[in-house]
Amino acid sequence: MSTAIQEPEIKETPNYLNAEYGWKSWLFTTDHKRIAVLYLISISVMFALGGVFAMLIRLELLTPQGDLVNSDTYNKFFTMHGVTMIFFFLIPSIPATFGNFLVPMMIGAKDLAFPRINLLSWYIYIVGALFALAAIVMGGVDTGWTFYTPFSTTYSNTFVITAAVGVFIAGFSSILTGLNFIVTVHKMRAPGMTWGRLPLFVWANYATALIQVLGTPVVAITLALVGLERAFHIGIFDPAIGGDPILFQHMFWFYSHPAVYIMILPGMGVISELVTCFSRKGIFGYSFIAGSSLGIAIIGFLVWGHHMFVTGMSMYAGLYFSFLTMIVAVPSAIKVFNWTATMFRGSISYETPMLYAFGFIGLFTIGGLTGLFLGTLGMDVHLTDTYFVVAHFHYVMVGGMVVAYLGAMHFWWPKITGRMYPEGWGKFSALLVFAGFNLTFFPQFILGYLGQPRRYHAYAPEFQVLNVMSTAGASVLGLGFVIPLVYFLWSLRFGKAAGNNPWGAKGLEWTTQSPPTTFNFDETPIVTEEAYEYAKHEEAHVG
Amino acid sequence: MQLPLWPEAASAVAVDIDHLYIYLSLVSVVMSILIFGVIFIFAVKYRRRSESEIPQPIHGSLRLEIAWSIIPFLVMLTFFWWGAKIYFLNAVPPPNSLDVYVVGKQWMWKLQYPGGQREINELHAPIGRPVKLTLASEDVIHSFFIPALRIKHDVVPGHYDTMWFTADKPGRYHLFCAEYCGTEHSGMVGWVTIMEPKDYENWLAGGGNSGTMAEQGERLFEQLGCSGCHLLDRQGRGPTLRGLYGSRVQLTSGQSIQADDAYIRESILNPNAKLTAGYKPNVMPSFQGQISEEGILQLVVYIKSLATGNAPGAPQATNQGAAPHPAAVRTVSAQ
Repeated sequence: MSTAIQEPEIKETPNYLNAEYGWKSWLFTTDHKRIAVLYLISISVMFALGGVFAMLIRLELLTPQGDLVNSDTYNKFFTMHGVTMIFFFLIPSIPATFGNFLVPMMIGAKDLAFPRINLLSWYIYIVGALFALAAIVMGGVDTGWTFYTPFSTTYSNTFVITAAVGVFIAGFSSILTGLNFIVTVHKMRAPGMTWGRLPLFVWANYATALIQVLGTPVVAITLALVGLERAFHIGIFDPAIGGDPILFQHMFWFYSHPAVYIMILPGMGVISELVTCFSRKGIFGYSFIAGSSLGIAIIGFLVWGHHMFVTGMSMYAGLYFSFLTMIVAVPSAIKVFNWTATMFRGSISYETPMLYAFGFIGLFTIGGLTGLFLGTLGMDVHLTDTYFVVAHFHYVMVGGMVVAYLGAMHFWWPKITGRMYPEGWGKFSALLVFAGFNLTFFPQFILGYLGQPRRYHAYAPEFQVLNVMSTAGASVLGLGFVIPLVYFLWSLRFGKAAGNNPWGAKGLEWTTQSPPTTFNFDETPIVTEEAYEYAKHEEAHVG
Repeated sequence: MQLPLWPEAASAVAVDIDHLYIYLSLVSVVMSILIFGVIFIFAVKYRRRSESEIPQPIHGSLRLEIAWSIIPFLVMLTFFWWGAKIYFLNAVPPPNSLDVYVVGKQWMWKLQYPGGQREINELHAPIGRPVKLTLASEDVIHSFFIPALRIKHDVVPGHYDTMWFTADKPGRYHLFCAEYCGTEHSGMVGWVTIMEPKDYENWLAGGGNSGTMAEQGERLFEQLGCSGCHLLDRQGRGPTLRGLYGSRVQLTSGQSIQADDAYIRESILNPNAKLTAGYKPNVMPSFQGQISEEGILQLVVYIKSLATGNAPGAPQATNQGAAPHPAAVRTVSAQ
């Protein structure tokens, strides 16, 4: 890789953060790195909001009687927790922040293919988020994030349309980000950056972008139809006016199952980067990890019916969806095995990002295996719509995606800000997150098998002990999220200078200064080696 | 302080599902221990010992990739096969089932038995006999969930769904609504009482005296004016309904259809949807909005009673053979 290396000092060097000052320089920027920072701030706010709802849910569930708030309020809590976390945190999370920041740098480009569309996607996201916030401020929504009909179209008396419009709008942000990534990866790779040399994080974001572009329009259409039926009583989903509620579920899950992979694939991309870097060793089975991302993106479109085994769907459709659910698990398993094999005869160190990578592999494995329980037909009949499902998808979404996101934060924070976070606190909070997470969600597997249904404001008294454990865990987990917030902010001012490549990592982003200059590279890099060539450590660096 | 870790099991199917759950859990634990164990060993054994060490690259192994794709997939196929088997065996109610009709509405379960007995948020059933629930919803989607029997089925407005069980352990078990249905979703709960057959007969005998479901359906049939056109012994303006249930109906569209519960319901609410061959559209008015789901179920039961020539009011299900049915058999015609 041939780029001029700068000296580690950051104070005086011009970079993307000090290139311009003032709010206009941020709100009208087309620099992918500044847009990434805008996204980082916005989704952090939404994460905090969703987190507050999560804590309120757990507080209510300390006692079985449902005595903290009334049922309607509780129903709004879990709905708004789901809507903010899924549509306004998890879906944008890694692609819109780290993807935005890193995809151009990793492929040796100055920016994304369409910098202004990139800025537009952030504004669209903000407008969507404002609608969601408006729905919350006006009085909330109580349909659940799934907007199931005919409850959402006919029976709910809350601000369904406002929230649905918010999600609808935010969808366009997701489509534009995906489109931008696809074009960027196809057209903007530096000389020598062949498809076979792309960092796996780029592959993961590319696969994600395909799902965003192909899937998101379907949820947009579905929500538009919900709005039409609710506002104008056009019979689409409500059987009282000639519709069919099951049609909604097919359309909704056609997007929302692939959306699960929008949420997890970028996290898997992060883990591939972390495992290689902290094993100081090339990835095992590069093409299988890259290919499995595409495999997940494609097969992920064919399994949506496994959300509907008890709706009265045909038994034979059930067979098909169950079988394909088993198949879609294979590429995920391939990734886990390859990460493990990458550590074999590596040189493993345990900095905070690697702790998160270990956490991800463990929690995602449990999340994936319990997903197979739910994909197994006879088993799903008992487990679906219970806390088992809640536990399962939190193992994937929080244990997987949020943990990967935190790993990425610690790994690339030095590149983004030029500062190091405090390592001791980092490790401490990573352990808190891991312990708190398991204490929160493992008891929910047991609750689910016992039969506690989801979305229950009050529950049978014999379930209380497990619920109290869960709430206790949530407090620990919450603390594990707050501590990094504090030390990241602290490090902006007091963190020690990071230098260009504090981890000794491979990848073009580490050949630039920290923080990078506005155009990333002083001259277009020419790539002459495969991804993750840790063995060719020093000599090939400066060309 | 209660800390249950395993739910009660009140049927053979529940025990089957427990076995499947134990199998899935064991495989998961073994897989997890393997993965975590290997990672732990690698993490310790290959920890960085000096800042200058640079491990040799290992790019991959096609044989390993194939092995760790195929072997887990074969294991998953055992999940698939076992789960599909349980699902199929329990999909279709046996023909000698006791009938119970369930209507979900925000936020209660209304149940009626063929003998006319009604209950709210309570289900009574005997051990040793298959019980078939016909599920209808008055408003939104609900889901009828009995954890002790490991069964659950969505109750979808506009659809009739069925679920069934054969309980084998008397007791009182939770009944939950499992599909979020609005404000008092978590209050839409009740109890399932599984009884010895004798106790069950006694319980049935203590039920209401407003007639059987078929009799109540017959009264509705008169009140709504159905009998003016659907004459029972000859052709009126509408087709006769005697012998209809379970027969095949030739439609004006040229197709033919099995006259089942869902067909009868649809024909009451939307008569033009599946018009019997030889009859004109728009002769029969729609009864959408004029009759509750419970009323429709009573009409269905009444029309069903005409199929067998039973006089309405004859006990429908309580006096049939008591053998538990080992496997599901789809019966398509009237008995």
